[in-house]
Amino acid sequence: MINSWLLICISLGYWLLLFAIAWGAERYKLKGRSLSNSPYVYSLSLAVYCTAWTFYGSIGKVKDGGIDFLAVYIGPTLMAVPTWFILKKIIRICKAQQISTIADFISSRYGKNLSLAALVTVFLFFGIIPYISLQLKAISESFNLLTQSSHFIGVPKGLSIFGNTALIMAIGMAVFAVLFGTRRIEANEKHEGMIAAVAFESLIKLIAFLAAGIFVCFGVFNGFGDIFSKASQVPSLQKLFTLPEEGGYANWFWTCALSGMAVIFLPRQFQVAVIENTNEKHLDKAIWLFPLYLLLINVFVLPIAFGGQLLFNNMGVDSDYLILDIPLLFNQKALALLVFIGGYAAATGMIIVETIALSTMFSNHLVIPMLLAMDPGNAKLHDNLSRVIIHSRRAGIIITLTAAYLYYKAISGHYSLVSIGLISFVSVAQLMPAIIGGIFWKKGNKLGALVGIILGFLIWLYTLVLPSLAGTAFITNSFVAEGPYQIWWLKPYALLGLHGFSPIVHSLFWSMLLNLSAYIGFSVFSVQTVTEQNQAEIFVEVNRYAPLLESTSSWKGTAYMPDITSLLANFLGSVRTNQAIHAFAQRNNINLNENKADPKLVAYAERVLSGIIGSASARIMVSATVKEEELKIDELLNILKESQQLMRLNKELTRKTDELEKARFELEIVNSRLKEQDELKDDFLTTVTHELRTPITSIRAFSEILFDNEDLEVEERRQYLGIIIKETERISRLISQVLDLEKYDSGKQKLITQKVDLKSLVEQSAISIDQLLREKNIVIIKDFKPCVHDVFIDEDKIQQVLINLLSNAIKFTKDEIVLKLRFTDTHWLLYVEDNGAGIPEELRDLIFEKFYQAKNQTIRKPKGSGLGLAISKRIMELHQGNLVLIDKPKSGAVFLLEVPYNPLNLPS
Amino acid sequence: MSNPKSVLIADDEPNILLSLEFLMRKKGYEVFIARNGSEAIEIIKKEKLDVAVLDIMMPDVDGYQICKYIKETESYAQCKVLFLSAKSKEADIEKGFAMGADAYLTKPFSTKELMQRVLELSQ
Repeated sequence: MINSWLLICISLGYWLLLFAIAWGAERYKLKGRSLSNSPYVYSLSLAVYCTAWTFYGSIGKVKDGGIDFLAVYIGPTLMAVPTWFILKKIIRICKAQQISTIADFISSRYGKNLSLAALVTVFLFFGIIPYISLQLKAISESFNLLTQSSHFIGVPKGLSIFGNTALIMAIGMAVFAVLFGTRRIEANEKHEGMIAAVAFESLIKLIAFLAAGIFVCFGVFNGFGDIFSKASQVPSLQKLFTLPEEGGYANWFWTCALSGMAVIFLPRQFQVAVIENTNEKHLDKAIWLFPLYLLLINVFVLPIAFGGQLLFNNMGVDSDYLILDIPLLFNQKALALLVFIGGYAAATGMIIVETIALSTMFSNHLVIPMLLAMDPGNAKLHDNLSRVIIHSRRAGIIITLTAAYLYYKAISGHYSLVSIGLISFVSVAQLMPAIIGGIFWKKGNKLGALVGIILGFLIWLYTLVLPSLAGTAFITNSFVAEGPYQIWWLKPYALLGLHGFSPIVHSLFWSMLLNLSAYIGFSVFSVQTVTEQNQAEIFVEVNRYAPLLESTSSWKGTAYMPDITSLLANFLGSVRTNQAIHAFAQRNNINLNENKADPKLVAYAERVLSGIIGSASARIMVSATVKEEELKIDELLNILKESQQLMRLNKELTRKTDELEKARFELEIVNSRLKEQDELKDDFLTTVTHELRTPITSIRAFSEILFDNEDLEVEERRQYLGIIIKETERISRLISQVLDLEKYDSGKQKLITQKVDLKSLVEQSAISIDQLLREKNIVIIKDFKPCVHDVFIDEDKIQQVLINLLSNAIKFTKDEIVLKLRFTDTHWLLYVEDNGAGIPEELRDLIFEKFYQAKNQTIRKPKGSGLGLAISKRIMELHQGNLVLIDKPKSGAVFLLEVPYNPLNLPS
Repeated sequence: MSNPKSVLIADDEPNILLSLEFLMRKKGYEVFIARNGSEAIEIIKKEKLDVAVLDIMMPDVDGYQICKYIKETESYAQCKVLFLSAKSKEADIEKGFAMGADAYLTKPFSTKELMQRVLELSQ
């Protein structure tokens, strides 16, 4: 036995640790960081699913149901993928619509309906309170077990001076929940401290359970194999390895399905999975981390259960607490304490989250609507609303825990842990049609949801809750055995004579059947209101609309800024209201200086209010403050569609702008290139006119001299006339070359190629400048290699090139010109070498440009049009060949012609 | 004409030099011929000139530079400058006057007009 003082101190110590963690996390958050913004913390907080029921109850369940208990964990694991999908959608909806509870979710979807929210709230209270009291019971019993001298039942419970453990527990929970659950009035705000504490508790319970399991498996027995082989020799245990024959698989299937639903729709699960979710990406990790957690915490259930049965062998030990009894039997006090803390963690985690979730519903869906219904325009109420909200939430916490305690006192002593838990599961399953239908089926409507939930609730009450009370003062045993007034088909465990299922599955079957049929039936045959239609559209199409909702004026009517501001200020205070409004206005480009409020701002205010008091009450408060017009579904759709188009247009616009920018840039390049070309053309024109002016100047000057001086000597006269003739020739040459060049540049110049005897062509060209050679005493040295290829070229044009190169060489050379003819596989090469001064390195590229000489006055001599090389180069290019200036080891210049044998690929 | 006026003709076109030389001599000027800029500078340094007829585009030293040189040197103050150039753009002409030129004629020129301007400048 363990001293109760010690146990109290340890419990208190743990309790203080929990407070410290929660407090620390909130402080941490104030510094701008967040513990809960992690997929691991998120997954651990989801493990609030594992309560004291898991911790103690699973082992207890093995005794009667064998591996039945596993269904509760296999369900969520099997459902992981659809759960991920559904949760993602629900999270998006809740974020877009500022929804803070599961009741609010349903009410919001079905037209922000008050009665639906209230109904769900009341229903969940009925469904969940037994579940909470179950936790109180577990803690209390485990406490008593540890402090009793004997671990066998039969000793009266609760006799120690701290006998009323459950009450102390309940008070402790209330303090925690009030402190960390009602700090801010925005119910959709994250409860940082609570989540940190819950995640921590999930770790503790896992560690405790694993420690106990390892002790039983490897400390008491010799591993898994040892336990199972010993157990299989005991006939009473052997049958537990298999499913019971009657209804076995059906029970399993339905329990799996039930748990798969509960893991989303239990208020505490909805709270941690949806409301407290900081980033929907966390779901991606949680989808495998959470099932992994479930696997780990269940690994040792069977070994402990079998081990316990083997050890105690029907000595009347409460099989729910085997995990505590075994360490005690072996006098492992430290381990027993760890297990106790683990169970304690499992219970408190659940109670805290569940209580906070329920208290929010209590205040938002019961208290506020009632106050509003009494007098929606009551100014005094408005002024005190934020206090009313906080107080009503605290009251909700106290009422919840009080009710749970009373229920525990009155009834729960009769039942094992598991059965109470599953009863709660069936209750929350009644929300499934309304929620799943609500997010996937636009036609699902309020009436269907309302009737479905009510019918489901009644069936649940009749087939599970009432029979569970049988034997107490309220209900007689014959009610279960023979049915009310002995009507056989009303027997609560066998309605209409349906046999063969466990009571849980039986109840689930009937309640879901009626619930679903009513939901679908009434939805099909009744009409949605306008708000409902709008909400249905937003919920079902949330993936499409969520990004638009903030910037969409999904509201119509006339509202004034002061009204909206004071409405929000009632809840947020004027400072935070101003901050929020300004931030929103800035985000959405709204002008705040107008007296009339922007519709977007009104919709925003309503969403903020929804986060505080729930969508239905927010709806009422906003419509009481402003003059509203009904926004028809097609109007809403149009608005949303417009927003969507706007967004697409925006995207398109950005893309277009980018494209435009790119095009502009390209245009700039082209433009500058054009300008360059324009300048080139200008330059060209200037140069051409300049080149024309020079001979014309001479011609005019000499003509005037001849005209004015009749007394000129004949010789002089002849000389001047000769100049005039030469200069005239120069002009006509220039003109024809310019025209020629223009033809090449515009691509109009065509080649007329034919088979040519290259050698004789080169020789002919040399002969044509023979006169010049002789004048300047220049010799031509010919070095021709024999040619074996047919050469196709435009003879006239190549000759033009040759003459140009030769006359250039004559101008620059000292006394000789060397002509070399060479042949490769594909080209013929002609080298024209002189032994003049050569061409400076920096000018080698420039000399092929037209009027290069004219531009560079310094080397203007000797004369030439400045177009010869430019034209030659173009002729070469037309021949797909090349004209280049190459290095010469000694002084002088070498021009190289490089031309393919058959440039146009004429048939040879 | 007891004391003939002296004229420098600087151009890189032999034919233009030839025609100008003929015209000047006929009117009794003392004529100096320069085929490029540096020859012109040498003559300016050596001779006392009354008028310099300068082409602008010449190898090595261009007409603008020669004109600037004349105008910046005090001892050449009596020497007037006449540009005779194929450059006919407004900007070129302006530049010529900015360099201190006294007259600017574009090629092709009227011999009579040229002789008239040279006469005026040499008075």
